Amino acid sequence: MLAYTVKRLVSLCLSLLVASVVIFVVVEVAPGDPASFMLGINAQPDTVAALRTELGLDQSKIQRYFSWVGGMLTGDFGTSYTYRTPVSQMIADRLWVSLPLALYALTLSTLIAFPAGIFAAARRGGPGDLSVMGATQLGVAVPNFWFAMMLVLIFAINLRWFSAGGFPGWDSGFWAGMKALTLPAIALALPQAAILTRVMRSSLLDILGEDFMRTARAKGLSARQALWRHGLRNALIPVLTIIGLQFAFLLAGAIIIEQVFFLPGLGRLIFQAITQRDLIVVESVVMLLVFAVILVNFLVDLAYAAVDPRLRSRT
Amino acid sequence: MSRNLIIGGLLSAVFVTAAVLSFVWTPDSVEAINIANRLKPPNPDSLLGTDHFGRDILSMLMVGARTSIAVALVAVGIGMGIGVPLGLAAAARNGALLDETIMRANDLIFAFPSLVIAILITAVFGPSATNAIIAIGIFNIPVFARITRGAALSLWTREFIMAAQVAGKTRARISVEHILPNVANLLIVQGTIQFSLGILAEAGLSYVGLGAQPPIPSWGRMLADAQTMVSLAPHVALIPGLTIIAMVLGLNLLGDGLRDALDPRLKVVRT
Repeated sequence: MLAYTVKRLVSLCLSLLVASVVIFVVVEVAPGDPASFMLGINAQPDTVAALRTELGLDQSKIQRYFSWVGGMLTGDFGTSYTYRTPVSQMIADRLWVSLPLALYALTLSTLIAFPAGIFAAARRGGPGDLSVMGATQLGVAVPNFWFAMMLVLIFAINLRWFSAGGFPGWDSGFWAGMKALTLPAIALALPQAAILTRVMRSSLLDILGEDFMRTARAKGLSARQALWRHGLRNALIPVLTIIGLQFAFLLAGAIIIEQVFFLPGLGRLIFQAITQRDLIVVESVVMLLVFAVILVNFLVDLAYAAVDPRLRSRT
Repeated sequence: MSRNLIIGGLLSAVFVTAAVLSFVWTPDSVEAINIANRLKPPNPDSLLGTDHFGRDILSMLMVGARTSIAVALVAVGIGMGIGVPLGLAAAARNGALLDETIMRANDLIFAFPSLVIAILITAVFGPSATNAIIAIGIFNIPVFARITRGAALSLWTREFIMAAQVAGKTRARISVEHILPNVANLLIVQGTIQFSLGILAEAGLSYVGLGAQPPIPSWGRMLADAQTMVSLAPHVALIPGLTIIAMVLGLNLLGDGLRDALDPRLKVVRT
């Protein structure tokens, strides 16, 4: 297990390294100089030069890459060009919206998918199964930002149960914050729930065909008892993998939903930073999201290997 | 033929026909602005109503279908054109450095949150349909590479491939002449799935303003425009949304139907 962990850790670091180079290069080739953009078209050349020095833009690209990566390793993400505040502080503030939103959506998606998947698998081929599978077909076809607009139309504009957007901040109370995140979380959870339901169902169906399930039935358990006592636990392994991956993608996928609901999360931050050519913020937020995805992948792999020793010898 | 195949095929055919038809005929001009006629619900003159500029929504959807289909189709083309040769090469050199390099590079692209990178690419190089295609296409490459490699690996152990090797054919020639035709079905099915994901991705990117630019109509931007009007005239949001759902649903059903028709044992990656 140790050798496997070390191997995965090396691969994790390598992925992060390559990712940081790719992100840096993509952002660096972006047309437009941040310093002249910030000062406007009428700025004096020496003012622009002074600002370039202040922002560190006059250093060579390689120097800037290393100071960016080195800074991130010590928790210093640099200073925003536009707001002159530490990027780490800006990211931390926004994470307090994006992280709870992703967790909320993940919880909802799991709460929908587990019963739906178990229900469908237990009634394989019957009308119940067909309806659930039909619903998941629809679920994966719905663009979540459009679903979000429909939720606003129904629950905010017509029924007035929720506000149509914005975030009051956690200072105004936990429930007020959760209420503001409810519609976005539902919109975000829908396609994920559809995918998770399918995974849950097919994973359970695979397990139901196993010998130990027949043994469980043979020793006198009813189909339902066998499913709950032996089937579910074994079917959970692939499902947990998908849940892990979904969390990382929910964090990143929230970008568009945050736009629909005007939520001050990482998504809004990245869009603002892009329009203001605040490259250091763009780089750091993207790197953070990639880091989250790679880290979750790594943890899922380790958890998998801990549960199933056969996987340690592979790859 | 299965029901999936028929329904999916019909739905997809309707959209492709509408898109092609829009080159020669639309019920109304998509550029003519008629403010007096704005936000009209569906009526005999404009079957699906009009938008906030008084433009006919049916005509906009028909022209928008062109954008969606073109973007998704070319993105699938990029994914197949690059991913399939990579997958074939990796399988032909299973376990060698080439295989390792290709598969690790694939894992890396898979690890990136695709939406974030698509946004980064389109933001940095400027929003346009072309950049949306590239952004979506890049993430199709590992999907096709992985599925091709997986299927090709199992073929390499079969007798007819050994026979070809004994006959003195090179690995490259075997890959093209014997492996590729045998993985084609799988690629068609996966291509349909990626096509539908491409339609959704294009809609998302153009919704946030990073896809096709005005005046080219696109489904995503129709929804973005509709957002502020949704309380006044729900149809401007409802109709383009349902159109996207119908198209994606049609393609998914077509993919499932094709899979069942071509080979019931095929396993399709759906992420």
